[in-house]
Amino acid sequence: MSVDATMPRATAPAILPGSGGMRGALSDLFWRRPQLLLLLMLLPPVLWLGIVYIGSLFALLAQSFFSIDEFSGLINRELTLKTYGDLLQAANLDIILRTVTMAALVTLASAVVAFPIAYYAARYARGRWKALFYLGVMLPLWSSYLVKIYAWKLILAKEGILTWLFGKLYLQWLLDAWLSLPVVGGNSLSVSFTGTFIVFVYVWLPFMILPVQAALERVPGNLVEASSDLGASPGQTFRNVLFPLALPGIVAGSIFTFSLTLGDYIIPQIIGTSRLFIGQAVYSQQGTAGNIPLAAAFTVVPIVIMGFYLWGAKRMGAFDAL
Amino acid sequence: MTSAVSFKQVSRHFGSVRAVDAVDLDIAPGEFFAMLGPSGSGKTTCLRLIAGFEQPTAGSISIFGERAEGVPPYRRNVNTVFQDYALFPHLNVLDNVAYGLMVKGVGKAERHKAAEEALSLVRLPGYGARRPGQLSGGQRQRVALARALVNQPKVLLLDEPLGALDLKLRENMQEELKSLQKALGITFVFVTHDQGEALSMADRVAVFNDGRIMQIGTPEDIYQRPKTRFVADFVGSSNVLPPDFVQRYSGQHRWGSLRPESIRVGRATSGEGVAARLVSTNYLGATTRLALDADGLKLHAVVPAGTALPVEGEAVVLTFNREHLHLMDEPA
Repeated sequence: MSVDATMPRATAPAILPGSGGMRGALSDLFWRRPQLLLLLMLLPPVLWLGIVYIGSLFALLAQSFFSIDEFSGLINRELTLKTYGDLLQAANLDIILRTVTMAALVTLASAVVAFPIAYYAARYARGRWKALFYLGVMLPLWSSYLVKIYAWKLILAKEGILTWLFGKLYLQWLLDAWLSLPVVGGNSLSVSFTGTFIVFVYVWLPFMILPVQAALERVPGNLVEASSDLGASPGQTFRNVLFPLALPGIVAGSIFTFSLTLGDYIIPQIIGTSRLFIGQAVYSQQGTAGNIPLAAAFTVVPIVIMGFYLWGAKRMGAFDAL
Repeated sequence: MTSAVSFKQVSRHFGSVRAVDAVDLDIAPGEFFAMLGPSGSGKTTCLRLIAGFEQPTAGSISIFGERAEGVPPYRRNVNTVFQDYALFPHLNVLDNVAYGLMVKGVGKAERHKAAEEALSLVRLPGYGARRPGQLSGGQRQRVALARALVNQPKVLLLDEPLGALDLKLRENMQEELKSLQKALGITFVFVTHDQGEALSMADRVAVFNDGRIMQIGTPEDIYQRPKTRFVADFVGSSNVLPPDFVQRYSGQHRWGSLRPESIRVGRATSGEGVAARLVSTNYLGATTRLALDADGLKLHAVVPAGTALPVEGEAVVLTFNREHLHLMDEPA
């Protein structure tokens, strides 16, 4: 066969010469030593995270072991656990308990609301609808957080659209009954824990939807069919197949919703009662009160809670399907 | 006798695509039934119609005499071995196999015992504690089989279950599946695009093309007496002979088929027969496959290995027994 005729490069050398110059030399060097390239790429973010971010966090946390002189208001730089003693006062424990309860409820509600949306997006939405889904989920994140919260304040206000809607539906009594409940009630939704809860769920929802959707996306459709084929009703398929496989996504999402709620100080300040959340406590301690050690001690609380939360999630097998 | 599975004018259309089009089908209880066809021919959709993953757009399906349209998969006593096995990645092998019993509410001890037995049946005893990810393809295939069989289904559906296995393993599994089916007496419906697999394993074969069944019959029927050009060509790549050619040898103006192994290839000097030219030879181990050109008509012949062969490009003479020339129903 005359292969040569169709192979004009038959005379080309087997090994091509280097392209020369600085770039060629660098390319060859990085090919021979891929770790070097990795190191160069990772160095800036590691420096940023390691020194600027973690470093300043530890500097803050270290302050929680200092104490404040109650007469002069000056910080006493001797290591002590006195500040943690202050943290365990009943009023402060109240703040912690309130925040953790709110974070847990917000996380639970976000998961319940996010799951069907994520499920639809992962299993049914295609092409244009998928684009619309991402747009719908992300769009609220593009506008200012404060604008959204003030918008909610108007919606939830006594003269707001929600009260009007309840009135039109002849359900005013339901709203009134809810608002007359202890703890969750108040003068109007915008000054009640219910309002705080609604706004938290709204603001953090995208952070739950996206990881759950990513987890569901990785569940092959034929597992659902296999479960059904083996006699499982849709409810059983959800409990035994979909939920366990989506759990890593739910846990990932809950880390966002839980920790963001633990640390937020703006939403409860604008929408809610005058009772404080951890974030507000940190804000007021380091600001007006000038008690940096106590603010730092408050900051430790969400970190410790998240540590326990992740440990518990791991124990429950939430990451087994990863 | 009631059929295990019966299709009456069943269609499944996806928009303008006729995946399954007016199919009539009766599968006998205890039968090993193969659905054979190229990809996109509707065989898998037929299987999914039996499993309940798809609903027919027209026609009626009954399983052991009971109407199945509108019945969800979880209420059908039919189990499927999926093409890529669809094992639950978060459960170990034992819980995978016991899944069907678990959702039916069988107690833990009892279902684990049944699952162990099913695993022994597929020759994987003691593999219960492993995760599906730790198994080889062949082992996963067996687990998928055990997971289906443990439920003692009335009909077992197999969707190209051997497609992902290598040749040696596939041959072993073919024999095992066949003997398992004989021992259990369960109706097996087996989808494949591999004609050798269909012929060697099935009691009867349905050949699918374009959403329709081209022919149903025993493997011998399908292989020896194809009704249409498609069947002749798809099942064992028979030589399809045009009506003019057939007329010269049989006197009838119809399409014919001639199996490659029925053609004898001789040197050009022996006068009688069809003059042809040897285009190429393919060594296949036990046999050698010859591509021939008889005055524009492309033919294939298969000769046993060791036969003295002409050189590529040489003129040859083809002969065959008249009774091996099969006349097809398809109009000329």
